[in-house]
Amino acid sequence: MLDTIISGLVHGNVYALVAVGISLIFGVTNVVNFAQGSIMGFGAMLGWWYIGVLGWPWWLSLVAVGVSAAVIGWLVNLTTVRPLIKAPPIAALLTTFAASMVLDNFSQMVFSTETRAYPEPLPTDNIQLAGLSLGTSDLVTFGFTLVTMLALGAYLRFGRDGRAIRASAADPDAAQQMGVEVRRVQNLSFILASVLGGIGGVFFGMYSGIVTPTSASFTGTVGFVAAALGGLGSISGAVAGGLLIGLLEALGIYQFGGGFRDVFIFGLFLVVLLVRPHGLFGSRRTVTTEPMTGTFLGAGRSIPIGKWGWAGLGASAIGLPFVAGPVVASAGSQVAIYAIMAIPMVLLAGSVGQVSLGQAAPVAIGAYASALLTTELDLPFAMGLLAGGAAAMVISTLITLPIWRLNGHYVSMATMALAYVVVGVILNWEPVTNGAYGIAGIPAPQFFGTVLITPVQHYLLDLVIVMLVLWVVLRIQHSHLGTVLAGVGSDETASRCLGIHTRDYKALAYAVCSFCAGVAGALLAHQYNYIDPTVFTIQMSILVLTIVVLGGLNSPFGAVIGAVVLVGLPEALRIANDVRILAYGVIMIVMIRFRPQGLWMRRAS
Amino acid sequence: MNVLEITGLSKSFSGLRAVNGVGLRVAEHQTVSIIGPNGSGKTTTLNLVTGVLRPDAGTILINGHPLPARHPEQVAASGILRTFQNGRVFGNLSVNENIEIGTHLGLRANRPFKVFAAHPLMAWLPMLAEVLLACFPTPAARRELAEAQERVNEQVNRFPERLGPRQNHLAHTLSYANRRRTEIARSLVAGPELLVLDEPTAGMNQSETAEMLKQLLELKASGQAMLLVEHKLDLVMTLSDWVYVMDGGQVIASGPPARVRTDPAVIDAYLGRKS
Repeated sequence: MLDTIISGLVHGNVYALVAVGISLIFGVTNVVNFAQGSIMGFGAMLGWWYIGVLGWPWWLSLVAVGVSAAVIGWLVNLTTVRPLIKAPPIAALLTTFAASMVLDNFSQMVFSTETRAYPEPLPTDNIQLAGLSLGTSDLVTFGFTLVTMLALGAYLRFGRDGRAIRASAADPDAAQQMGVEVRRVQNLSFILASVLGGIGGVFFGMYSGIVTPTSASFTGTVGFVAAALGGLGSISGAVAGGLLIGLLEALGIYQFGGGFRDVFIFGLFLVVLLVRPHGLFGSRRTVTTEPMTGTFLGAGRSIPIGKWGWAGLGASAIGLPFVAGPVVASAGSQVAIYAIMAIPMVLLAGSVGQVSLGQAAPVAIGAYASALLTTELDLPFAMGLLAGGAAAMVISTLITLPIWRLNGHYVSMATMALAYVVVGVILNWEPVTNGAYGIAGIPAPQFFGTVLITPVQHYLLDLVIVMLVLWVVLRIQHSHLGTVLAGVGSDETASRCLGIHTRDYKALAYAVCSFCAGVAGALLAHQYNYIDPTVFTIQMSILVLTIVVLGGLNSPFGAVIGAVVLVGLPEALRIANDVRILAYGVIMIVMIRFRPQGLWMRRAS
Repeated sequence: MNVLEITGLSKSFSGLRAVNGVGLRVAEHQTVSIIGPNGSGKTTTLNLVTGVLRPDAGTILINGHPLPARHPEQVAASGILRTFQNGRVFGNLSVNENIEIGTHLGLRANRPFKVFAAHPLMAWLPMLAEVLLACFPTPAARRELAEAQERVNEQVNRFPERLGPRQNHLAHTLSYANRRRTEIARSLVAGPELLVLDEPTAGMNQSETAEMLKQLLELKASGQAMLLVEHKLDLVMTLSDWVYVMDGGQVIASGPPARVRTDPAVIDAYLGRKS
């Protein structure tokens, strides 16, 4: 038991290092740096390289990792946060997330995905103390955290730059006018945070013994949970949050086994965000002063298509597989399924200005609901499809209900956590979902006894649903309801003072997205005939988001174009998966920086 | 009958008593103004009245009834509509659409089950009904929206030279003065019992202020009850039936404009205290 507590605290130390970085950057820039976990992942791999491959001593390697991480952090700020400091926070939220995709996949390409044994520069269990076994490495980890936290605390409190950081956090404009170089301070906060994250990565490698690019960056993600638990923006809260998460994780695994780890950690994250968004130690003010997310990013008007345009597009989409053959048709199904997920996102990310980082959750719920209902209860396909959509909508919306009184980062983090929790529950709820083995033998789509088996038939079915979704979303956008949704995204307080229950409308936009995502998931299940939890990855959520950003946050048809470009082209050109995700990240950063209105939009007049 | 009656209203921000035991009344068809130096708690009072901030203490009666819970939505639903000091229009919507949002509160055919909107779980019903009606509007819903559009046009025609030519411009392109006009039109289209205006002429030049005064006088003549916060004393004295003077979070004087103008406490507050 005491062993468990000690090991929990060692883990917690690493989480604390990441969390402090996240809180520091949030405090200075009001941006939740989603790339922080990836910087830690990168640091872990660099440490493996310096120590294991180059054979450098541990202290030199730590310095080298610190310097490398500092450069990466500086670059992340330079490319993703600083250019957007005047843009609505939704912009930097998306770009730091994109930066994390780029970093993760770059790391996978450089270091490859295989599992590596982490070198042991310091002994890990050479000290016996009252029946406990500890290692010098544990002591170094503890010592480093303790010293850096004290130093950082003193620096923020007494140092010249520290005061500048606190001033910039309180009021960047005023600080600038008083001669504080806000830019330099922001750079500094990114560099400090990245050094802590990178070195945290090395510590992670040292205690876990084995490392892959994804395992390290996933551990970095837990740092978010720690930062949120402690209260975003609070440095001491981040340390406490990190240690607490480490302890809870260790005790949870001790009690329930390792399989529940994700559900446990991200479930806790979700509960904190829903019940106490300002964390255990944060002040409520940071939540209420969270800047409005706003939809100005998408300001612009969709390029009109016209009746004949729609007719021509529809006809060529229907004719496509008959001309181009079944291979194109099956790529077309993929495009269509992603379009079904992405089109309604214009109501959520575009109109009400909230970013879901976890659309894989409703997709998974829809897929499993429909698969289970048609295989176990022999429900007809059409019923399964609708039930999949309904289940996805009801479950996702009910769980996230409390989050819709908040905005921005809180919504994004909660939806991301939901995706991890849903997949974790599916993995662990074996009697119903069959766990990691998945569900096989899902019946192919059929209507009135006609079974749709060929790729062309699947494509046509998906196309019909794409058209339906397009029609519904365009109808909503151009109705009074659409105007109200856009008003909610534009200025929430003003909307409320006009009698609009903004929370309900934000939840409604999410509910529509979740319904469509559920339907898409059901289509996926019935066309693959087989699903398992590995289908519904964070990459799926990212792809949906990239599609709407590319097409234009306010343009439903843009989402279709986005799906063609991001799903169809890579299929057609047979581009490797890791390159694709790297490209998604780069495209997202470039689009938000240089063409925030998306491809299918004109600039606002 | 008082449209609005507040007593003992207080609010502190981390120790600072921004509003301290304020009481005021607005009767039907009456125009009431709050004046006072910067930082005297005027806007905070408006924010408390409209539910944007939660008071620490005090009662707020609207038409003699206390609100069950003070959320901005409920305050609006009970007939108090407001504008903001810094002109908060919906930047990515056109002037027309901005004003259309003001009609939302009064819609019936387009918002079935709207009584359930305040309940977290029951809200599914009105929300899904609104989605269905957006896709398949009933004849009654169409008619209602057409009527709403007519009322929007009426409001635009309140400022024919100003907003008329800009009906379809996005609101973020508007001048400061036109944003305020849009805000006022957006509140008026909801048919408020009490219109709350936070510095309606801030950032306006003299001729624009005179134009606004004329329009507010017309509103007053039509029987609209109003509560204003305003710095321009000429406008306040011409328009108001009753004036409250605030300083340091408290009401230091109140009365008809003529009396307030000569009140020594008011002169002190504005011209600086004699030591």
